[in-house]
Amino acid sequence: MNAVAKPRAVDHWRDQHITLAHGAGGRAMRELIEEVIVPAFDNGLLAPLEDQARIAGSLLGHGESLAFTTDSFVVSPLRFPGGDIGRLAVCGTVNDLAVGGAVPKHLSCALILEEGLPVETLREVLASMARAAEEAGVSIVTGDTKVVERGAADGLFITTAGIGAIPAGRDTGPRMVRPGDKLIVNGTLGDHGIAVMAARNDLALQIPVQSDAAPLNGLVEAMFAAAPGLRWLRDATRGGLATITNEFAREGRFGIVLDEAAIPVADAVRGACEILGFDILYLANEGKLAALVPAEEADGLLAAMRSHPLGRNAAVVGEVHAERPGLVTMRSRFGGERVVDLLLGEQLPRIC
Amino acid sequence: MCLGIPGQIAEVTNTEAKLALVDVLGVRREVNIACVIRDGETAEDVVGAWVLVHVGFAMSRIDEKEAQITLDLLHALGEAQAEAAALRGVEATT
Amino acid sequence: MKFVDEFRDPSTAKALLREVTACLDQLGATEQNPVQVMEVCGGHTHSIFRYALKDLVPKSLEFVHGPGCPVCVLPMGRVDDCIAIAQRPEVIFTTFGDAMRVPGSKLSLLQARANGADVRMVYSPLDALSLAQQHPDREVVFFGLGFETTMPSTAMTVLEAKRRGLKNFSLFCNHITIVPTIKAVLDSPGMRIDGFIGPGHVAMVTGSAPFRFIAERYHRPLVISGFEPNDILQSLWMVLRQLLEKRPRVENQYARLVDPDGNRVGMQAIAEVFELREFFEWRGLGSIDHSGVRMRAPYAAFDAERKFTVPNAKIADPKSCQCGEVIKGVLKPQQCKVFGKACTPRTPLGALMVSSEGACAAYYQYSTHAVEEVA
Ligand code: SF4
Repeated sequence: MNAVAKPRAVDHWRDQHITLAHGAGGRAMRELIEEVIVPAFDNGLLAPLEDQARIAGSLLGHGESLAFTTDSFVVSPLRFPGGDIGRLAVCGTVNDLAVGGAVPKHLSCALILEEGLPVETLREVLASMARAAEEAGVSIVTGDTKVVERGAADGLFITTAGIGAIPAGRDTGPRMVRPGDKLIVNGTLGDHGIAVMAARNDLALQIPVQSDAAPLNGLVEAMFAAAPGLRWLRDATRGGLATITNEFAREGRFGIVLDEAAIPVADAVRGACEILGFDILYLANEGKLAALVPAEEADGLLAAMRSHPLGRNAAVVGEVHAERPGLVTMRSRFGGERVVDLLLGEQLPRIC
Repeated sequence: MCLGIPGQIAEVTNTEAKLALVDVLGVRREVNIACVIRDGETAEDVVGAWVLVHVGFAMSRIDEKEAQITLDLLHALGEAQAEAAALRGVEATT
Repeated sequence: MKFVDEFRDPSTAKALLREVTACLDQLGATEQNPVQVMEVCGGHTHSIFRYALKDLVPKSLEFVHGPGCPVCVLPMGRVDDCIAIAQRPEVIFTTFGDAMRVPGSKLSLLQARANGADVRMVYSPLDALSLAQQHPDREVVFFGLGFETTMPSTAMTVLEAKRRGLKNFSLFCNHITIVPTIKAVLDSPGMRIDGFIGPGHVAMVTGSAPFRFIAERYHRPLVISGFEPNDILQSLWMVLRQLLEKRPRVENQYARLVDPDGNRVGMQAIAEVFELREFFEWRGLGSIDHSGVRMRAPYAAFDAERKFTVPNAKIADPKSCQCGEVIKGVLKPQQCKVFGKACTPRTPLGALMVSSEGACAAYYQYSTHAVEEVA
């Protein structure tokens, strides 16, 4: 669409690689911004290229509150099955807003580019950001670009910030949670973590799995519509389900019991975990959330989630208890129960 | 010690070096199959066999008959207990 | 998953548990005076915790977690040697992930990597070989560790390196053998283990013959066992029945995988490449005769120990560490003076706290908080 709107820009741009000049504040930088970055995100708020996006006072409706978040993205490799760093950068921030009950509106995009980065790669990443923003219904309205010397970054780092509006009356958080509440996830766990690992190919495994990176705001809206009593939501990114349930339990001072048999896992992810001795509960996700919901609303919520494309494999995977506050345990398929603690560091493949 | 995973040999990738792809729930990895080729067999003969994979080596063939014998024995144990319980007039709680 | 899920069936487990309970009652075992069964292998320890078998069996049975975690028993001096090799600028040091966090006297491999050493985790020694081919200008060293299960893979990798004529690949050999270790446990004063759950994957390579002395000389039952929860419960039941019959012998629960004669190709590769060392130093257990292997002279070119001079310093275990007692089954992990205090997974003093196979780490991770009453 930009090529049509600004045909001149495309043949004007000749550089194949990012150089330090593209971050030096001069003409090269202006060209990079005007001819590569801005066209990718093309929208009225960004177009004036001021140092700030100017958003009309109507952003918040009556009784709404503002949600504001930021996140940085580094991933190697930049592209992996099912996504790339650009998609992550949009989905991550959109999801951080959405799980707070907010309707995401606008994002910023700050780029740190490594000298030598192919401009083609940058274009692809920006196009991917634009697609994800469109899926999520948000616009990227302000940004910044820096170039660092070769070796000072791994290709490309992205920081996004986002703002959204929380509708009046929506209140989620630890103090809302009650014993007996159900824990629901929206689908198979660990897909992202395994997809990125497979793409790195250090372990020479062919794993037919795609990252689940996706903007969850649409799903979250459907969830609030089906279960207005939703207590608490979080996206299960780094550290996986184990980590967020521990956060739930610690902050809310209640116990959570997970049910191993109920946890949805793709076959290939399970296969990879068996081979490498990984625990699925700690694998990263980029399109998965966990929600606590009153037991009486659980069935309705589950049905609503399953009729949404991003919740087809939704499942109730656990329950809140008053006993053993702060502790997460898992009932194994086998009947025994074990503690699910926070992980010390990253999971390492093991042979033992 | 010694994480070992059952997988099925899918195809031979290098006859000379005795390498083959093994399939574990759709995940594939090249492994060495020298330990599971029996006397008089070629690498190709092992395709389709179930093996135990450890650190990139197929270490042993899984004997499906023996596996079934173990399972049958365990199954019979459950049944025998249920019968004994029924004889005593209590309900077996399996 | 075939050959896995069938052996995790909960109703079968219940049936097995009833038999186990009946045997224990017949043996007159009590909570105060329990039957002690050692699972030699860390893989079994892992399953016992993962499936909470410890909580499912009656209290009149005690699992004693044996020395079968090759990472846990690696002495500090050896880790220091690894780091000395890894820090050489020409070296790409390759290792299984398990070894990354094991503390040396100053650093772990993970820390050495952070400090700039080129340390890479691989899934297989074959991957280290590929790295050597991709980087002809670098020296690729593979950290070979583990028991007999893993020995054939490294031996065959060395043979393959020779076949391909690689000059820049070598093995830092730290393989250890299980039998002398079980013997050391059996000979230790205060030992009161009634029977053994035997290491299935070691036996898959060695066959069952090497374990016979346990029944013949020490009159203890040993059942070679698979790793799924029902495998372990069935093996436990078999051990208890042997105790009832008072006829200790080596039995094979893992017949689907373990040929009583072992794996010929694997054993040949081991014999070709490795020979026994006079002794090998173990963390927690001290020096055990003939418990480790080194590379034979014809393979010297592939021996990292000969290729690079390593400090080879002997570093005593920390004084407060009671890993040896725990490995021998004399103490339970939480009875160690520093358990959960000075020694935690974050700050491991002893090796048993490092690997998830280690008895102390498993205790800490899976059961520090009182879960027993719920299970
Ligand atoms: S608590 Fe630490 S020092 Fe004590 S036995 Fe366990 S690992 Fe060794």
